[in-house]
Amino acid sequence: MLINEFLLLAAALFAIGVYGVLARRNGVMVLMSIELILNAVNINLVAFGALHQSVVGQVFALFVITVAAAEVGVGLAIVLLLYRNRASIDLDEVDAMRG
Amino acid sequence: MTLAATMVAQHIAFGVIAAIVIGGALMVVTTSNVVRAALYLVAVLAGVGASFLLLGAEFVGITQILVYIGAIVVLFLFGIMLTRAPIGRELQMTSKSWVSGVFVGVALAGVLGYTLVDFYGSEKLPANTRQLTADVSDSIFSTYLVPFEVVSVLLLAALVGAIVLARKD
Repeated sequence: MLINEFLLLAAALFAIGVYGVLARRNGVMVLMSIELILNAVNINLVAFGALHQSVVGQVFALFVITVAAAEVGVGLAIVLLLYRNRASIDLDEVDAMRG
Repeated sequence: MTLAATMVAQHIAFGVIAAIVIGGALMVVTTSNVVRAALYLVAVLAGVGASFLLLGAEFVGITQILVYIGAIVVLFLFGIMLTRAPIGRELQMTSKSWVSGVFVGVALAGVLGYTLVDFYGSEKLPANTRQLTADVSDSIFSTYLVPFEVVSVLLLAALVGAIVLARKD
């Protein structure tokens, strides 16, 4: 297998995730797009670990999975708080800090 | 199975996985139904887990299934339920900046793709990329013991923080 097959798959997944973060209005959907980005990074880590015959890639991928779980927990709590305070999770309306 | 047959099987498997992952990801960011987006996310996460297995990373692949599909997607479904997002179609799911989003996404994919093709060309992975779970755990609990403990405390702090944020006073 070519290393590039996995790297290009990860690049496409990353670009789709970035589009989702920029274009979605729903807070939960933005968090889902962030998950796509983190998964793309994990594919890269494991693929490079396989290329260099090293377990470090897998170790870091496990760390990234852990941090992603923590991120979703806090992110959903923030979205929930947003919903409780404003009765909406439309991110276009959250512009109190707009300059 | 001969080596050549294995190579062909690997390529077919990769093609199927790549189609599921890319198609599912596109549906996640374009569908107007929030619950359906979460279910497409399951397909993407399963495809990524399968690609880990294809790369010989068994433990990461299984962890991907357990943690992402078992826990994180359920958390997302709870988030959708608690924020009372419309279960059916939502009229305006993409913001006004979606055109620039498409531009940034396509530009990013172009730059990344060009760089990867230019730099790695047709470099091959080793024939056997399988790594033992025992070696991974040895590495975590010796060389990377301190980062492992730090990540554990981070997870604890994040979950306590999430509870503090989300509870009703």
